[in-house]
Amino acid sequence: MGEAIVITSGKGGVGKTTTSANIGTALALQGKRVCLVDTDIGLRNLDVVMGLENRIIYDLVDVLEGRCKVQQALVKDKRFDDLLYLLPAAQTSDKNAVSAEQMKTLIDKLKQDYDYIIIDCPAGIEQGYRNAVAGATKAIVVTTPEVSAVRDADRIIGLLEKEEHVESPNLIINRIRPHLMKNGDMLDVEEITQHLSINLIGIVADDDQVIKASNHGEPIAMNPNNVASVAYRNIARRILGESVPLQQLQEENKGVFTKIKKFFGVK
Amino acid sequence: MNKKQNVTIKGTKDGLTLHLDDSCSYEDLKKELNHKLTESSRSNEDRLISVLVHTGNRYLSKAQEEELKELIRQKKNLVVESIRSNVLTKVEAEKLKQDDEIISVAKIIRSGQVLEVPGDLLLIGDVNPGGTVKAGGNIFILGALKGIAHAGYNGDKNAVISASVMKPTQLRISDSITRAPDENMEEGKREMECAYIDDENQITIDRLQVLMHLRPNISKLQGGF
Ligand SMILES: Nc1ncnc2c1ncn2[C@@H]1O[C@H](COP(=O)(O)OP(=O)(O)OP(=O)(O)O)[C@@H](O)[C@H]1O
Ligand SMILES: [Mg+2]
Repeated sequence: MGEAIVITSGKGGVGKTTTSANIGTALALQGKRVCLVDTDIGLRNLDVVMGLENRIIYDLVDVLEGRCKVQQALVKDKRFDDLLYLLPAAQTSDKNAVSAEQMKTLIDKLKQDYDYIIIDCPAGIEQGYRNAVAGATKAIVVTTPEVSAVRDADRIIGLLEKEEHVESPNLIINRIRPHLMKNGDMLDVEEITQHLSINLIGIVADDDQVIKASNHGEPIAMNPNNVASVAYRNIARRILGESVPLQQLQEENKGVFTKIKKFFGVK
Repeated sequence: MNKKQNVTIKGTKDGLTLHLDDSCSYEDLKKELNHKLTESSRSNEDRLISVLVHTGNRYLSKAQEEELKELIRQKKNLVVESIRSNVLTKVEAEKLKQDDEIISVAKIIRSGQVLEVPGDLLLIGDVNPGGTVKAGGNIFILGALKGIAHAGYNGDKNAVISASVMKPTQLRISDSITRAPDENMEEGKREMECAYIDDENQITIDRLQVLMHLRPNISKLQGGF
């Protein structure tokens, strides 16, 4: 039996879809069977970020309304050998075309065949959110280090805590800019984690490569030499139960002296 | 027939006290009250006289209380100050008990959430911005208050709010409201503080330790140490 994890945030545009794509990819890289489910009906883009848009034939609503079987709608990611699949959202239907019970039945079914179901949740706290959460047993809340995003994360955590089928949510702080945090111009990791008081499962730097990779339909987690990629791979390892220390995010130019110290292995 | 008095009227320095017998029927009581008041009404006086009504062990429904008040009020210069009874309904008694109880809750009150208790609240956790706690009595927070706290929401001006870390977006006590100062107060000073309504009817924030002088009744411990 697999685990269904919903990726949610409350506020829009903080990185739910990017996180879903990269955690899914990183778990598949670890040899797990993963199914990504895009529940952002009407505004789907997980398929674009994964570079799978042109292979879509059926979508989530087609499955729920019985126009096709689940297997027919699942899009296989050819970069992985039978490990990574995507169930795309419908682009045309109305959000209310789907009910929470239908979603739960579908996710329960997918759990039989996959180790991890990663559910990309739409922004907001309405029907779309309820559908995305209905079948989940775990939740990851994504926020950025901004007051408004943290406020919405707090609201979502409050709602998630009321869902008895969902374990206490985990936190990802995305788009960290170390120099702003260091100057106190941005909330810092500890401040946010204390404020929300849930388990921190990862921090991800703000990095242009993330945007570039998404635009090319190749999630950054595929690239082994990128700071954000390492962050997503670490998160995947933590999901698998490993204990991995938090990344040290620092500024690029640390000055010659630190570089020399580093060269000689002095702390 | 040995006719017992159902209504006795006494004059005090504050006005009149009416003792209503609790063994006769309500109808008899009304009749006699009407009669006695008409008899003793001194319409030549234009000063208002306040009346205290004692009903002994008789339980009066709200409707009956209103009826008696109305009856007394019709006698020109009489005003009912209050009606006192030795008896309470179970509901009233339970409410009294509730209002007197401290309810402990271990929880974080998050944005969009409201926690409300009839008596005092002991919150073991934080109130985050956008979250609200309300209590009929006092509010004690063993954590950070960053949202809204409303103590004494039924009108108790003596209610207080205290928190380990006092950084509220808004404080309300009874019907007074104060919001957080715009400038950031220096950190560290905002620890273990309490808020109360002062003599000028303003919400004031001070060290927790002033409470024992300002609100000695806050102690519920009976007897000595
Ligand atoms: N760590 C990062 N570094 C740089 N850019 C990022 C990072 N994470 C996300 N982004 C960018 O932020 C934008 C929004 O991300 P994304 O679409 O994943 O957010 P979302 O929460 O799914 O949005 P929506 O609420 O609209 O569904 C995208 O352009 C994405 O490439
Ligand atoms: Mg999205």
